[in-house]
Amino acid sequence: MATTAEGFDVHTDDHAHDADHKPGFFVRWFMSTNHKDIGTLYLVFAIFAGIIGGAISGIMRAELAEPGIQILGYWVDLLGGEAGFDANLHMWNVFITAHGLIMVFFMVMPALIGGFGNWFVPLMIGAPDMAFPRMNNISFWLTVAGFCSLLLSMFVPGGTGLGAGVGWTVYAPLSTSGSTGPAVDFAIFSLHLAGAGSILGATNFITTIFNMRAPGMTLHKMPLFVWSVLVTAFLLLLALPVLAAALTMLLTDRNFGTTFFDPAGGGDPVLYQHLFWFFGHPEVYIMILPGFGIISQIIATFSRKPVFGYLGMAYAMVAIGVVGFVVWAHHMFTVGMDVNTKMYFTAATMVIAVPTGVKIFSWIATMWGGSMEFKSPLVWALGFIFLFTVGGVTGVYLANGGIDDYVHDTYFVVAHFHYVLSMGAVFALFAGFYYWFPKMSGKMHSELLAHLHFWTFFIGVNVVFFPQHFLGYQGMPRRYPDFTPAYSYWNEISSIGYQITAASMLLFFANVIYAFVAGKKAAGNYWGEGATTLEWTLSSPPPFHQYETLPVIEEHQDYHDHRPAQA
Amino acid sequence: MKLGQILSQAPKSLLALGVAATLALMTQGAAAQEANEAASENAGGYVPMAPTEGIGMPVDGGLDVQAQYTELGAQALSLHNALLWIMGAISVFVLLLLVYVMIRYNKKANPVPSKTTHNTMIEVVWTVVPVLILVGIAIPSINLLAKQYESPPEDAVTIKATGYQWYWGYSYPDNGGIEIISNMLPEADAIANGEPPQLAVDNRMVVPANTPLRMQVVAADVIHAFAVPALWFKLDAVPGRLNEKLLIIEEPGVYYGQCSELCGARHGYMPIAVEALPREEWEAWVIEQGGTVATETAEAAETDGETATEATA
Repeated sequence: MATTAEGFDVHTDDHAHDADHKPGFFVRWFMSTNHKDIGTLYLVFAIFAGIIGGAISGIMRAELAEPGIQILGYWVDLLGGEAGFDANLHMWNVFITAHGLIMVFFMVMPALIGGFGNWFVPLMIGAPDMAFPRMNNISFWLTVAGFCSLLLSMFVPGGTGLGAGVGWTVYAPLSTSGSTGPAVDFAIFSLHLAGAGSILGATNFITTIFNMRAPGMTLHKMPLFVWSVLVTAFLLLLALPVLAAALTMLLTDRNFGTTFFDPAGGGDPVLYQHLFWFFGHPEVYIMILPGFGIISQIIATFSRKPVFGYLGMAYAMVAIGVVGFVVWAHHMFTVGMDVNTKMYFTAATMVIAVPTGVKIFSWIATMWGGSMEFKSPLVWALGFIFLFTVGGVTGVYLANGGIDDYVHDTYFVVAHFHYVLSMGAVFALFAGFYYWFPKMSGKMHSELLAHLHFWTFFIGVNVVFFPQHFLGYQGMPRRYPDFTPAYSYWNEISSIGYQITAASMLLFFANVIYAFVAGKKAAGNYWGEGATTLEWTLSSPPPFHQYETLPVIEEHQDYHDHRPAQA
Repeated sequence: MKLGQILSQAPKSLLALGVAATLALMTQGAAAQEANEAASENAGGYVPMAPTEGIGMPVDGGLDVQAQYTELGAQALSLHNALLWIMGAISVFVLLLLVYVMIRYNKKANPVPSKTTHNTMIEVVWTVVPVLILVGIAIPSINLLAKQYESPPEDAVTIKATGYQWYWGYSYPDNGGIEIISNMLPEADAIANGEPPQLAVDNRMVVPANTPLRMQVVAADVIHAFAVPALWFKLDAVPGRLNEKLLIIEEPGVYYGQCSELCGARHGYMPIAVEALPREEWEAWVIEQGGTVATETAEAAETDGETATEATA
């Protein structure tokens, strides 16, 4: 039954000999083995999870708009609990936990890696699909199952009230002896499922990138987005098993009487923190590296100029990935570590600023001498570069162990990581979305709405998060539902910023609706001559099975220019 | 916890002495009671110091870190100030570069893009210059860390802070082992006392100013963190692990802090209030609490006498 690779119709029994033949609805979306459909599923899922995670941050900002506890009791009642002082405060902890976990595991990661990675890695390397299409499918559904488990955890007892109120870090012993009831078990199970899905996804990406590149596409001719996903996949593969181990130890401590993290039985709560952050720090690069890749593609496209310092850009990401594994304890500076350890982690953490600086300056050098066209993806990318720089310099500040003693676990840290994630990763997400949405959907979005979305979002998130630097400097600790009146001013402003951001998101959804209802049909290469990677040689949307004839990358073509000569 | 809450509802005039006496009774037994009575005869009653607005507490709309009242805090503050300038300069530099390329290299201003993709010189520069800046930051930073880890001298006063869900306990093993239980004051009481709500407590951690303190931090249930911004002090309270750090408060005053590691429902409701008193007043307070002070020997032969007393205590 085997046929040649001329057409991708190997399983000819149930498929017509047509690259664009699509299966029926249920088979297509629930049993999918097509990388583009699974990518779409991931994106839809990420948007859905993002709405929930964003709504929870809205509840949090509403509660923090003024001192005192105002609205938590309402949510306790609504979610089936019994409002009371402790139950209300527990509700707060459940919200911060859910917000963090949803945004990290079910919004940013599925969107960047599962969504854009699935869609564009095969397209950019000239592959017909991912290496393991069925494994791709189970990766996605494990993530969905993990999300369901997390949502379920909010409705079962978790100690002081319903839900897991342990923070996204799930520190022992609060998460073991400190939280009775099944909620924390559900939350842990959720991370196990999502983690397993990510490990499978990572192996899939690594195999695909190593084995399925089009003829002539050497590693050093791969687009930087593919490089970024490759490095990310390795980080996932090495970091997530450590998280799985730590979580399993939590489970056995909770349920089977082990004492890995209980000093009464010879364990150590700090061991959990080491294990968690050995995963947790690479995790933050997992969230930002694919964004780096997207930004590189966009800057090159809209400057109509190849990326400056390609090898430096690629290996800067490799360096960030490698060094990212040996800096984890800067998240634990106040835990009581010895002086040499603290000095080492201070110095090692600062080293990361060097490859990051290489990337920032290379992006600017790419635009330098270019012919920039301010389409929406570029505007979002420019916003990314600036805001990521702001988040980056506060990161260097926090790297100093002696300085961190003051700002550790304050709102300064909250501001810092939202600048690199809520602005860094999320700006990269929107940049990638506007860059590729017409390619994925075949419909053009409104550039006007995309620009309006950018400006309102840019203002909104800065109003939310910049004042939080001041709150942190004034000493306000993280994860507090209530505060002394001296923190009122900046908290109120921050909460106003949330409303601007939320309104801005309406423009995003309006744009998506507009595109599907009234959007112009997108051409194959709607961004013009600057867009030179392989996905632009295909129609928009690409055929269900692409590259019936594998593209061939010629000697003279570089990492950016993959267009065939005649196109 | 219950006891503290009940007591914190008591009229504030009775609060200080009442709580102190009760706790002393509970923890120290009859001997402490005698000492306490003796103390009440000798010294005047301890009255909690009124906090100074804006000192040791946040200021509404404040932009920068709180004023510092330790030498290490002052040193950290100067590094902090230098880092603020560096952070600002780098951010502005990148912003200016972005604005420049947007103006100079947009489609109108530069219709034909260049094909430059490499310039070894500039790549070396933007690798080496950040390295130099980082080395410039790392040297004072490592120096600060080394200072922060200096061990307390032998005659330091030991104070052990224990984090509980959700209050703090302070014990004074060098001073007869007195123990103070510290709960947050209800908002109305805090305001009546002229103290900031959410920060004010019923019983403060009273310490001598200008005296080396051997701060020991530990937790009894889950992880907490003992943090006081105005003293540049933050140390996690971890069950099964005794963390220790030197603290020298330079000026008498009241310095507020808050638990800084998520510890369950009332994580935001277990503030810290440190009251630094001149040494003699602090000693009077200790005696009033039923504790002991190595007074004679300490005054006569500072170090030797006190270590001897400590060793036997």
